[in-house]
Amino acid sequence: MAKQKTPSAPARTKKERDAATEKKIVTLATDVAKRSLAGNEPTVRVPTRTKSNTLWNKKKGILQMGPAAQERGLFNLSQAKSFMQTMLHSSSIKDLIAAEKTLSLRGMFYKGLHTVAGTKEKTFADQDESDGILEDLEVSLAALREELHIFAKKAGTMVGNITIIDSGDEIDCRRMGSGGYAIPSIVEPDVIKFKKCDAKFVLHVEKNTVWSRFNEDRFWEKHNCILTEGGGQPPRGVRRLLRRLNEELGLPVYCLLDCDPWGHYIYSVIKQGSISLAFESERLAIPDVKYLGIRASDYRTCGLSDDVQIALNDTDIKRAKEIAAYPWFQGHKGWQREIDGMLNNGFKMEVESLITKDISYVTETYVPQRLKAKDWLD
Amino acid sequence: MAAKEAVAVAEPKKKSATPKVDAESMATRQRDISVSEFFAKNRHLLGFDNPRKAMLTTIKEAVDNSLDACEEAEILPEIAVIIEDLEPTRPASAKSSRYRVTVVDNGPGIVRKQVENIFGRLLYGSKFHRLKMSRGQQGIGISAAGMYGLITTGRPMAIFTKPKAGQPTHHIELAMNTKTNRAEVTFDKEVKDFPPDRLRKLSAGTRALAEQSGFLTATEFPTGTSVSIELDGKYQRGRGSVDEFLELTAIANPHARIVFVPPTRVTEDDEPDVLTAAEASAAAVAKVTTETNGVIVFPRGVHELPRETKEIQPHPKGIELGILLQMLKDYEATEKGGTLFKFLQDCFCRVSASTASGMCEAIGLTSRTKVADVGPPQAEKLFKVFQESKLAPPPTDCLAPIGVRQLLAGMLKGVRAEFYAASSREADVYRGRPFQIEAAIAFGGELPGDETARVIRFANRVPLLFQQSACSSFKAVSETGWKNYNLSQPRGGIPVGPLVIMIHMASVWVPFTSESKEAIADYDEIRKEMKLALMECGRKLGTYLRKRQRMRREGLRRDVFERYIGEIAKAVHAIMGADPKAIYDALLEQANARTAVADQVLDEDGKVIKDEEPSGPDDEGVLIVHEAIAPAVAQLSSTPFAPLDFGNSNKKQTRQAGATTKGATRQPTSKGDAPSRSKGKSKPDAAASPKRTVKQAPESAARAELRARAAKAASRKPGGGKPSNDGPRLF
Repeated sequence: MAKQKTPSAPARTKKERDAATEKKIVTLATDVAKRSLAGNEPTVRVPTRTKSNTLWNKKKGILQMGPAAQERGLFNLSQAKSFMQTMLHSSSIKDLIAAEKTLSLRGMFYKGLHTVAGTKEKTFADQDESDGILEDLEVSLAALREELHIFAKKAGTMVGNITIIDSGDEIDCRRMGSGGYAIPSIVEPDVIKFKKCDAKFVLHVEKNTVWSRFNEDRFWEKHNCILTEGGGQPPRGVRRLLRRLNEELGLPVYCLLDCDPWGHYIYSVIKQGSISLAFESERLAIPDVKYLGIRASDYRTCGLSDDVQIALNDTDIKRAKEIAAYPWFQGHKGWQREIDGMLNNGFKMEVESLITKDISYVTETYVPQRLKAKDWLD
Repeated sequence: MAAKEAVAVAEPKKKSATPKVDAESMATRQRDISVSEFFAKNRHLLGFDNPRKAMLTTIKEAVDNSLDACEEAEILPEIAVIIEDLEPTRPASAKSSRYRVTVVDNGPGIVRKQVENIFGRLLYGSKFHRLKMSRGQQGIGISAAGMYGLITTGRPMAIFTKPKAGQPTHHIELAMNTKTNRAEVTFDKEVKDFPPDRLRKLSAGTRALAEQSGFLTATEFPTGTSVSIELDGKYQRGRGSVDEFLELTAIANPHARIVFVPPTRVTEDDEPDVLTAAEASAAAVAKVTTETNGVIVFPRGVHELPRETKEIQPHPKGIELGILLQMLKDYEATEKGGTLFKFLQDCFCRVSASTASGMCEAIGLTSRTKVADVGPPQAEKLFKVFQESKLAPPPTDCLAPIGVRQLLAGMLKGVRAEFYAASSREADVYRGRPFQIEAAIAFGGELPGDETARVIRFANRVPLLFQQSACSSFKAVSETGWKNYNLSQPRGGIPVGPLVIMIHMASVWVPFTSESKEAIADYDEIRKEMKLALMECGRKLGTYLRKRQRMRREGLRRDVFERYIGEIAKAVHAIMGADPKAIYDALLEQANARTAVADQVLDEDGKVIKDEEPSGPDDEGVLIVHEAIAPAVAQLSSTPFAPLDFGNSNKKQTRQAGATTKGATRQPTSKGDAPSRSKGKSKPDAAASPKRTVKQAPESAARAELRARAAKAASRKPGGGKPSNDGPRLF
């Protein structure tokens, strides 16, 4: 909770970062050209983004990408197309850097889309193919998505006692009305600066509906905090912003998520990082994030009715057991108890289930009580 | 035997006019009947059961005789089969009509005094009394055909024969007297005209072919025989027809050239095409079966005669007791006072002096015992000794197999396929008689893919057209596991697919199931050998099919690589300014090298390639015609690679791209002749045949190869002919 002084990446100017990214792309293309002309198969080295290549760094408390990588070659039937696509996107990114513009993932799909000369085949079958190649490029070039001038669609909301500067515009997050401030995909210091912050902590809730409840009850005002939501699994922009609030402003982060394997997984991702973005854990993960609820025991302690129970299906049970076996949960007695408790209950509960008690039970009773009692999992 | 039957026939007549019949009166009616008379009444036994079959049998007997005669005289057979319609005005619905069938050969001819015997008597011939491989066996055929003609039309058989080059030709007409089994000569004259000039002028087709020296030229027929029989018959195409018989004969006798002139009006009434002089000339020299203006030419595929066969003595294990008794009697008659020891050595094969004396002792006699003193009990003992003896199998130089190369040549000219394989087994023995099995298969190409395979059967090079399912070969085909060779096969049936299966049995005595010589009897030894031969061919086919699959895969793989190379070159250029043409070329070269297997098809652009030269030293009995595959590969990759335009399109290039795409499937091997060939001929074989020509003629194969290579070099600037390389110019 102590204010951390060292930001994860040294602050560089945008220009410096662009120059570095461009250099990486040119190096990649030069390597392909050299190998081709020398009569060798051109390849691109793509670190593997799989669970088996994800390592748990116990000391740092985060997931990190392992050393495994795949050589993506042109003369491999299953890789030929993705190799071509990698080159196409590299070229597109260079264009973006030169033009000093950014594109969405969908925009990148269209930028690279055309018919392969002399055939009826399109360069990309759909956006998923394109998105996958861009993730590969991020790891291959060891460059962040924003460094590649690419952003994802906005999916996150913030409100609270903080004033920020977003691309030069000052935004007072106390005056965001009922909609809140939409957290952009790129939240690096050159885009978003923290101007003034009075808040003492951050409350992150799973979804927009719950966030609206808190906002309408002006919870952030009463408890002097920042209120965020990430639309389920929070996108990178939201995670990065939480991390910056935690790291740069020293604010503790509390999560209010559903009592189900999906909620537990979201907590895990915010805390340790995800498998597919393990290479970004260093700047996304928040190892000291707290899990406020919903807890399996709440059914009893809050005296909820039977009606809120949603039975666990086979997939849920399987998933819960998998999560319990994650190395970072495995040695954690609290979490083992929590997951066992859910499995013993045999049902899951959404945050909204607390509405059965009272419309504002969650904002007026549940969360304040927990915070006061320091009753959370971490 | 014939006499006995005559009695049996005569007996029921007892009840007629004469009230009292005694042995005496019966005796007056009992008399010898001539063989000719017997067969005149039982003509179905010889294959004259209906007009259509009569026509076929007549031609079959004449052609068999011609081929036998040519081979015995060591002459490469040149045979013309001509059917003239003598009642062209008859209604189309008529069941039969009068035809004149003429078969001309360039054989040794027949000396004048033998003519009557050969053509006018039944059971007269050189082939019955010996154990030697030949087509005819009993000496019935041609005389029976003449007799059939005489009976149905009243017209005698006309024979032209020229036994000596430069000497006159005998023109003889024979009418057989069925009562005496002798021929009556109704016309006998010496003429100069051989082969008869009349035949060359029958139709536009024969005239055109004769002008190109492709039909009955005097130089090709220094000696020879021509037989004409007028008969009541029917000419109809299809299964079991004259056409099929000649087609199959040509396959099994690739050393023979056969020209067939069918009647101008056939039952189905096909209109013949109009023949141009150029086409006639092409037909005269073509190496594949061609049909122009109704004249069908089955060209010669190989220029060697079949190996000369030796006559052998029977093998002790192959005779029966009655025959042994007869042989003893005959020996005594010819060699008065001959010893048993000598008899065994003279009359049987594989009996050495020591075996002979061993056998004499085994039946309680000595080497000096005279044949006359061998009674029936001893003969029976001797027969048992024969069965138990451990003798070497009979010699096999009495057999003349077709041979692997000749099989391939025969199949190639008769069946339009893509893959051919042949195998010739070692000789084996059934019932003491040596035999040898050969098999060949043709796969793919223009053969229909969804029908059961066609099985063509031969015995001593003679096609067997009827009773397929009764034949041992048919059982062998069903019992072979074709699924192992990537073919589909219904349970216990004939495989389904674009497949022709050929089986040939060569033997000194082929065991037919009946006198009509239509199916081979099902001896275990024979069927086993047939299966082994088929399996050998099947294995080759399986290997080929797997290889072809791999080529297709590699072709597709290359296609994938080639597709993306242009994009990559462009992207690399956009990023760091490298020369896109250099990168494109370098990558294309790599792509080609990495998919080299596909080159066997793709590089040649539909040219004929041989994997193994069939006449080469490592003769594996396989022949592949690749032009048949190329279209399939092109179809598979529905989006063939076209040149890149690198953002700079021009019309010329697109047009060229179209041309390459089409050309890839069927590009003419040699320059120049493409337009003339493609004009209006939509038949797929129009383009295919000349290529086969190139391939098949052994002496021109090397030249064709060179020509193909030159053409390839010319069309093959960097990038290998297929993708047009206008692309780089646009950089």
